[in-house]
Amino acid sequence: MTKFWPTVAALMWKDILLELRTKDIVISILAFALLSLIIFNFALGPSPQITPVVAPGVLWVAFTFAGVLGLTRAFVLEKDQGNLVGLLITPTSREAIYVGKMLGSLFFMLMSEIILLPAFAVLFNISPFRPELLLIILLATIGFASIGTLFSAIAINTRSREIMLPMLFLPIVVPIIIGAVMASSTAFEGGSWSDMTKSVQLIAVFDVVALVFSAFAFEHVLQE
Amino acid sequence: MVEADVHGSLAIRVRGLTKVYGPQVVLRDLEMDLSWGDFLIVFGPNGSGKTTLIKVLATISRPTEGEVMVAGYDLKRNPAAVRRNIGLVTHQPLLYGDMTGIENLRFHGRMFGLSHLEKRIEKAADLMGATSFLGRRASILSHGMQKRLSLARAILHDPPILLLDEPETGLDQEALEMLGQMMGSGERGRRTVLMVTHSVERGLALGNQVAIMAGGKIAFHGDRSNVDEDMLKSTYSRFTGVAL
Repeated sequence: MTKFWPTVAALMWKDILLELRTKDIVISILAFALLSLIIFNFALGPSPQITPVVAPGVLWVAFTFAGVLGLTRAFVLEKDQGNLVGLLITPTSREAIYVGKMLGSLFFMLMSEIILLPAFAVLFNISPFRPELLLIILLATIGFASIGTLFSAIAINTRSREIMLPMLFLPIVVPIIIGAVMASSTAFEGGSWSDMTKSVQLIAVFDVVALVFSAFAFEHVLQE
Repeated sequence: MVEADVHGSLAIRVRGLTKVYGPQVVLRDLEMDLSWGDFLIVFGPNGSGKTTLIKVLATISRPTEGEVMVAGYDLKRNPAAVRRNIGLVTHQPLLYGDMTGIENLRFHGRMFGLSHLEKRIEKAADLMGATSFLGRRASILSHGMQKRLSLARAILHDPPILLLDEPETGLDQEALEMLGQMMGSGERGRRTVLMVTHSVERGLALGNQVAIMAGGKIAFHGDRSNVDEDMLKSTYSRFTGVAL
């Protein structure tokens, strides 16, 4: 068995290198999410009464659906040129392949969110740069990437992979979305840490369960 | 072999291998032995299970039933050890198109946790005649160049067993000659090779063992010295019902 973290690092390096050259994932995430934010901004108007109420929902709709796009792309380049076989014939543990792909997706999603947050702040005239909100975004994105990487690997072997991933992924991540929207609402309303403890705990528990389950299930998903 | 942990009296030992995909039985109670240093050429019509056999031996596909030992390791119990001992070449080059040749080889080497990686890349690329285009992106290389890189990738970790699924597909004449030379001289006896091909001429020139697959089984397995082209063709059509 090859060493775990060096192979995880090699996988991440490869995904980042390919993304720097193709820009497929980040551009698809950014384009969709930015468009969503602009459409919501025009639809809802700049009312200071409405904005704090709808802003958490708008933010998470943009992040969630844009994340699905990014996760779909994560395995496309592995599958299309048969490279998944190239990965599977290496002695690397399947857990290492999972963690490498998951961290790669997490990195791209977080990078996209970092770019989107200033746009969100400008369009909705509300600051998302609060420590508690940034923690919620980080935790929820870990959950998306954890379960999304597993489902992306499942979907890639199906004929209608672009439809299959959202169908599998979205119902499962509902607890994260609910927790993230509730905790974000509290954060936007200026609530304290204690007000959002339950929501943050819900997301954190989901993250742990998703990570452990996905790492174990990944091998069975990949093998014919 | 440098990294490989070669043990077991046979390079490949297959007993009662069955592989089922849904309602379709692709491999049916297949039995096969391959000694160390042998070069087995497998012929068979489309759908006879050749590629599935390679996939099972390469640990990509899990056997439904049966026992498979590769390099002395049980494929189900110790797949990582099996992977360390095999090199695989398929129809597809298994290269990232947006990475250069050397980046592809470095990535593959890191996934194997190889030491002295740059030296290994240099040696494998040199052996396959791929040195001159290592710095170019894989997507802009010709099929022949991609296949050379693919072969360099397959031998980078110096595996004692090579699994080749129609490696000549897409190769130009020069690359075909290089493949023949590499397999025929440098590799003969050094590695155990299982090669699936449709080329009678090339197969008979390279192998010291010949097998014919039909209906998910090894229908015929014989020593190359006892098989000439006419006999191979008549045996093939007898077992498969089609001409070779």
